[in-house]
Amino acid sequence: MKRLPWWLRDSIYLVVFVAALIGVSYGLHAIPIQGMAYYRRVLVLMGINIILAVSLNIINGHAGQFSLGHAGFMAVGAYFAAYVTVYYFGPYVNNMPEGTGQWIAQNGLLLLAVILGGIVAAIAGYVVGLPSLRLRGDYLAIVTLGFGEIIRVIILNIDKVGAARGLTGIPSWSNFFWVFFFCGLTIFASWRLVNSSVGRAFLAVREDEVAAEAMGVDTTKYKVKAFVIGSFFAGAAGALFAHYTPAYLNPTMFTFIRSFEVIAMVVLGGLGSISGSVLAAILLTFLPEGLRAAKDVLHMTKDPRMVIYSLMLIVLMLTRPQGLLGRRELWQVLARRKDTIPQEGRDQGDADDKLDRDAGPPVQ
Amino acid sequence: MMPLLDCDHLSIQFGGLTAVADFHLSMEPRQLVGLIGPNGAGKTTIFNMLTGVYQPTSGEIRVEGRAVAGRKPSGIAALGVARTFQNIRLFKELSVLDNVKIGGHIHYRYSGAVALLHTSRFKDVEREAEREAMELLQIFDLDRRAHALARNLSYGDQRRLEIARALAARPKLLLLDEPAAGLNTGETIELMNKIHEIRDRFELAILLIEHNMELVMGICERILVLSFGKTIAEGTPQAIRSNPVVIEAYLGEPAEAET
Amino acid sequence: MQEFLQNLLNGVAVGAIYALIALGYTMVYGILKLINFAHGDIFMLGAFVGFYSGGWAAVHMQDKAGTWWSWPIAAAVMLLAMIACGLFGYLTERIAYRPLRNAPRIASLITAIGVSFFLEYGGQFVFGPDPKFFPTLVEKHLIRFAGIVTTNYQIIVLVVALIFMALLQFLIYGTKFGRAMRAVSFNFETASLMGIPTDRIISTTFIVGSVLAAVGGILYGLSYPKIDPLMGIMPGLKAFIAAVLGGIGNVPGAVVGGLIIGIVESFVGGSSFSSYRDAIAFVILIAILLFRPSGLFGKYQPEKV
Repeated sequence: MKRLPWWLRDSIYLVVFVAALIGVSYGLHAIPIQGMAYYRRVLVLMGINIILAVSLNIINGHAGQFSLGHAGFMAVGAYFAAYVTVYYFGPYVNNMPEGTGQWIAQNGLLLLAVILGGIVAAIAGYVVGLPSLRLRGDYLAIVTLGFGEIIRVIILNIDKVGAARGLTGIPSWSNFFWVFFFCGLTIFASWRLVNSSVGRAFLAVREDEVAAEAMGVDTTKYKVKAFVIGSFFAGAAGALFAHYTPAYLNPTMFTFIRSFEVIAMVVLGGLGSISGSVLAAILLTFLPEGLRAAKDVLHMTKDPRMVIYSLMLIVLMLTRPQGLLGRRELWQVLARRKDTIPQEGRDQGDADDKLDRDAGPPVQ
Repeated sequence: MMPLLDCDHLSIQFGGLTAVADFHLSMEPRQLVGLIGPNGAGKTTIFNMLTGVYQPTSGEIRVEGRAVAGRKPSGIAALGVARTFQNIRLFKELSVLDNVKIGGHIHYRYSGAVALLHTSRFKDVEREAEREAMELLQIFDLDRRAHALARNLSYGDQRRLEIARALAARPKLLLLDEPAAGLNTGETIELMNKIHEIRDRFELAILLIEHNMELVMGICERILVLSFGKTIAEGTPQAIRSNPVVIEAYLGEPAEAET
Repeated sequence: MQEFLQNLLNGVAVGAIYALIALGYTMVYGILKLINFAHGDIFMLGAFVGFYSGGWAAVHMQDKAGTWWSWPIAAAVMLLAMIACGLFGYLTERIAYRPLRNAPRIASLITAIGVSFFLEYGGQFVFGPDPKFFPTLVEKHLIRFAGIVTTNYQIIVLVVALIFMALLQFLIYGTKFGRAMRAVSFNFETASLMGIPTDRIISTTFIVGSVLAAVGGILYGLSYPKIDPLMGIMPGLKAFIAAVLGGIGNVPGAVVGGLIIGIVESFVGGSSFSSYRDAIAFVILIAILLFRPSGLFGKYQPEKV
């Protein structure tokens, strides 16, 4: 496999992946279990969460930049893609005669819309990132939170996309295949990036910015790069979400709370671990559903899910702040290479990482 | 012929405090110069100016004729200046090998697209990076621990790793900030030999800050003595050792300072 | 001109409340370099304690309504809120923040967010998510002068806020304890080496901040009677921005920052951009952090390499 030219090898991976996805997709539709549609739905939402978590992990986990505005980039991607399909792609496809031609157009245009959503979100990531990334830890967090809110308020005021009423009429072209296609893409991209000079630069920036600069790593450039890449996939996730039944968008779907849900996934999985983000996204998609079922079983009138959620997060931080997998990937943790497993523990922050009590204001 | 390093009238002030005043230094390739002085004299501040962490308030720094002023530290590293740090600044959670690979970042980078597609360029560059990194680790006897996490290394190993990492940048000028801090006599002698070895092998100019007088007197060809930001003496080790101004600044014979 | 003065007055009244909350943020950050995300929710808690105790008083002391009795009752309600919030602030620090003092910064940040969410959703769970109406502790009177209409509520807010700020000023600059607080905020390690009981100072800082937030909550409930468990989010964020604007860690700065944000918001709200009112605070934040990150009164301290 390694002897083949890179483009051939990558193309083979792509074909195999797509074929497998198509197979699973059909399989899921064929299973005659009652309520399968519901499970399919949860799986798709899980897929979107995986994309969000893995993309945020690039920014927060690999490059070590604490971004609280991920929902904002998701919103940008969602709304832009939806705008394009509602006003242009949708009518075009609807006017086509039914048949293979229309099917190809629909899927092709969805792919295009998602990519466009991602690109616009990436541009937003660039605009947000460039000025913000000079700031240190907590401040970067607040600024990204602020930008996320500003984006939401701006969308709230754009009438063409429904403003406060929300946007309806989005064609529901998104499905299991496309969501998991991008899932695979995101994981693939993240994995290849982190194991390259770009990824090493990210990690260096995360570990020690001063030392990284001294070694010739342009820290600002790489921070912005991480931001842009992460935002692209967040935007793609948003676009996929927008086109999935019920295919409705409203600015209230993209508040800080949504950002926080994604952060919870990345932290639970372990900042810096791709497999950790995937695992946590899976867990945290099914957990609310499980809690919802428990609530029904226990006949509770009030919804304790978010309370349990936040308690869980506090307890997690107090007992195992490095999350499930820490910075390692699943197979590394399982292989238990002694030398490479960091001594995890609560007191593991080093001098620059800890709450630097004698540090001044926020700019590097 | 342009000097490798040329500092002229270098000064820096923090608020009302003048940390370094009118510093001069000129270096050619393969020279080994030492920078000594009591704590707080401004030595690391000079390193920080040389590497772009601080911007001097006045004066000039040129590396091979090219002005350093206004460049980011990463840009200055690209000019051929690499350093180690007083308090070790390794990438603790990364492996020994990765630390060194990042040291060579300037020479082994490629775009994100190349990284994503694993083109042949990617494979070639990665292979080269790994080979060179392992070579550097071998010089410091760290190749056996290549996949260990930097934070799990012993103190002495960590110091050596920092030097290996700096060398990966293929510098022309290497700045060592207290490389012997915390090392015992045996390790110090090893370090002295290593410094000679890498100077010869890589044709480096080396500027080092040290408090360990054995090391400074032992390997430096020229020494500058700093006190309260000013250069109070400059010369050969013998000249410095017997210089009354220097002795006064240290409140005691330099040779006694480390026992 | 009258509209200008009206906006100004409204802005100052809101700003005073933001300032009270901002003080808590700035003090905690000054000492621990931690952004206590949950602080805004302590403010909410104060308002709710006021709601329940004021409500109880309204029912059981109906006969005293409208008389001079309403003042001590209102004071008692505020005192109760102060005690409850002080306690909550103390517990939060002890249980959620202290164990993480040596952990990576991000863990504390996440925990703080977790506590905030816990208070918000817990509040929804316990109090119910629908808005409640804050009891009328003191009778409302309209006051007109110079063509502006104001209520005695705004005067009360200003006076009470001023009193507490003065008390805080005295605490920090006029007492031994305050000196210890300042020492800890300058240099944590050295302060503890000098024998200052840092843990106790930190706890007290949290308590003081929470007390001020409680006062803010009561004043807010008085001025804007509709309260709900999520009411602390926006004022909390804005108060934080106010603290940053003034120079985080700087006490007078927090007050100035709060007033500025309140006033700017008031003017924006009265203008044609009113739908952007909530976003303006964030715009201010981004502007400060880009152009003057140390805030109006902060000092730039470069990182030691």
